[in-house]
Amino acid sequence: MSEVKNILLVGVGGQGTILASKILTSGLMKAGYDVKMSEIHGMSQRGGSVSTQVRYGDKVLSPIVGKGSADVIVAFEEMEALRWLDHLKIGGKMVINEYQIQPVPVNLGVAEYPEGIIDHLKGICQVQAFKAADIATELGNPKAMNVVLLGALIKAIGGLDDIDWMAEIEANVKPKFVELNKKAFRAGYELTAE
Amino acid sequence: MKVIMSGNEAIARGAYEGGARFASAYPGTPSTEILENMPQYGESVYSEWAPNEKVATEAAVGASIAGVRSFCAMKHVGMNVAADPIFTFAYTGVTGGFVMVVADDPGQHSSQNEQDNRNTAKGAKLLMLEPSDSQESKDFMKKAFALSEQMDMPVLFHVTTRICHSKGIVELGEREEADVPDYTPKITKYVTAPANAKKLRATLEDRLAAAEAYACDCEFNKVEMYDTKIGVITSGVSYQYAKETFGEGASYLKLGLTNPLPDALIKDFCSKVDKVYIVEEMDPYLEEHVKMLGIECTGKDLIPHYDELNTDIVRKSFLGIEPETYTSDVKTVVRPPALCAGCPHRGLFYALSKRKGLMITGDIGCYTLGANAPLNALHSCICMGASISQGHGASIALKDAGKATKVVSVIGDSTFFHTGVNSLMDAVYNGGHNLSIILDNRITGMTGHQQNPGTGYTLMGKEAPEVDIPALCRAIGVKDDNIITVNPNHLDEVNAALDKLLPKDEPCVLITRWPCVLKKFSKQDLEEFPTLHKTQCKIDQDKCKNCKLCVKTGCPALISTKSKVVVDVTSCNGCTVCKQVCPFKAIEEVTL
Repeated sequence: MSEVKNILLVGVGGQGTILASKILTSGLMKAGYDVKMSEIHGMSQRGGSVSTQVRYGDKVLSPIVGKGSADVIVAFEEMEALRWLDHLKIGGKMVINEYQIQPVPVNLGVAEYPEGIIDHLKGICQVQAFKAADIATELGNPKAMNVVLLGALIKAIGGLDDIDWMAEIEANVKPKFVELNKKAFRAGYELTAE
Repeated sequence: MKVIMSGNEAIARGAYEGGARFASAYPGTPSTEILENMPQYGESVYSEWAPNEKVATEAAVGASIAGVRSFCAMKHVGMNVAADPIFTFAYTGVTGGFVMVVADDPGQHSSQNEQDNRNTAKGAKLLMLEPSDSQESKDFMKKAFALSEQMDMPVLFHVTTRICHSKGIVELGEREEADVPDYTPKITKYVTAPANAKKLRATLEDRLAAAEAYACDCEFNKVEMYDTKIGVITSGVSYQYAKETFGEGASYLKLGLTNPLPDALIKDFCSKVDKVYIVEEMDPYLEEHVKMLGIECTGKDLIPHYDELNTDIVRKSFLGIEPETYTSDVKTVVRPPALCAGCPHRGLFYALSKRKGLMITGDIGCYTLGANAPLNALHSCICMGASISQGHGASIALKDAGKATKVVSVIGDSTFFHTGVNSLMDAVYNGGHNLSIILDNRITGMTGHQQNPGTGYTLMGKEAPEVDIPALCRAIGVKDDNIITVNPNHLDEVNAALDKLLPKDEPCVLITRWPCVLKKFSKQDLEEFPTLHKTQCKIDQDKCKNCKLCVKTGCPALISTKSKVVVDVTSCNGCTVCKQVCPFKAIEEVTL
């Protein structure tokens, strides 16, 4: 039985991890893996921290990624990477979008956003950080940021190159955004170390 | 065909495959997507949003009595609202198979309490099914209708947030049609006057006994024998955590039919293992029963009584093992949820926050966030519809005690239709004097935009009559002069209405009418609210004195740093509340 792989996509409500995880799980299922995905909707969506958890392997039991078990964490926002650090497996990889969203207590001046998170995390674990929103904007639409991050994730986790990700993008994205998202996926993939 | 489905999508699919023809629900996290997924099966299954869970349950009960397979769905606290019909429907039994889907929320991801409705199934004497993943959600739901008919009992289909909102691979099946018999009255079965109900109460015991015999040898309850040093009894998603913790180092009694519990099967399983562990979320429902059978077991001594379980907790509780992790000494800042940029509730709560001497009773919805800093303008939130009735009680009690505190009650449109309307009747009938504010944002917002009796559309997309809220209030007996409708984004309108209504010593209603900014606007919305999303606010940094008064509105589109405040153009929706509070006229509205 192959080991179960664990992926966490974390960010702030409204950043849109749904499409990325939909393409990811659909590709994994077609490749013959058992897949489970978990996300919590509700009150937490209104600007709160959100996470999408994806697990795949021969047989997946719990839908939840435990502490110290994520092979890759993709953080759509910097502080969320820090918040979920204890879920990273020792030797696992962080893919971080260089992007900050101020929480309400910071806005109200009662708390401070931690400085230098990415450099701090680089001193702890393996980190790949880039400005996914800028890359997506260069390609034509900042909203393709999530698929840039998906491409980076696929490269970082490894072993998933045989899956036809371009076909999955075609199947899950509106026709007029297919080409943009294909470019976004490739851009994220090529930026990232294996 | 295999597809990836959430538990909620799978339950909807299972209802379709199981021959259901009628479905009703009131939205509530984590159950909402069950009914949202029904219209795709609209050719075979009629589905609707009801104003509350009691009504939804009664509508489905009616369909069952008429001979049609039916179901209702709700979140855990909705079951309290629906308790009245279901506790008696358990006595009568069904004609068409009947399923009540109840979604508990361990960990209170989106709920005001954490209640374990397995106890309710036991208390109401219902059959209970508990799936452990999406595939079982589909399969169990499909089989639940025939089982309900076979046992002549309603089924409580018990799921939890993690089942509802997790996705897994589901092998789809075909729909099995069930014949609808010609209607014949069954008066002694369905008229629960005491003479009939006492007989039904006795036959219910016979039905429970038959169900228990069935439970001891059925496909829902499975024994998996591996190492016999440990035997784990578990149900629902807890099975996954237990199996991941112990693997083949333990044997399992995985229960899918959990009321009535299968005593003979439990005793037999426990006799084959050295020691018994019970792995379950929330209350010791299984554990107490196993102990009552005289079997020694370990469960809640090690596992917490509350909050959501996961494999980490089960592993630490029973094996004492904690995973190795990376750590950091840098602290993260919490992200409390907030009213969205452009939320029409902000203007009202800002206006309320500036007034002294108020007691503000609240209700269940996005507007509960009005309690958070910096607004702090909502003082209670207990249950659906309670704001007006609590406000009524408080206003009478405070006045009797000689206090000058004025009571304001804040309730959303959907919550008003749910049970708030009864509360307003109480306040009017009994001469209360709280000011009821109905926040009409033209949709059921919090649960993700479901239609309701005020929006003009049904779940299946048909146009529907809209409840006329001012006319309804007048019909209840609120004086015409005491009902005012305002645009909550206009602080002057809100304040003028508050100035007029707050001093009155009789029931008053203020309606704030403006759509939720996240709503997909209907044609009527665009006609009635022509300025929606047409403008944004911009701060003129030359005029801005960095006084932060605008930030006190709590709008997440205002990004405040030590040196300045800027408007985030990706999130501003042009509500202009910040512009109205700026003392330096530094904020302007720009047309997009």
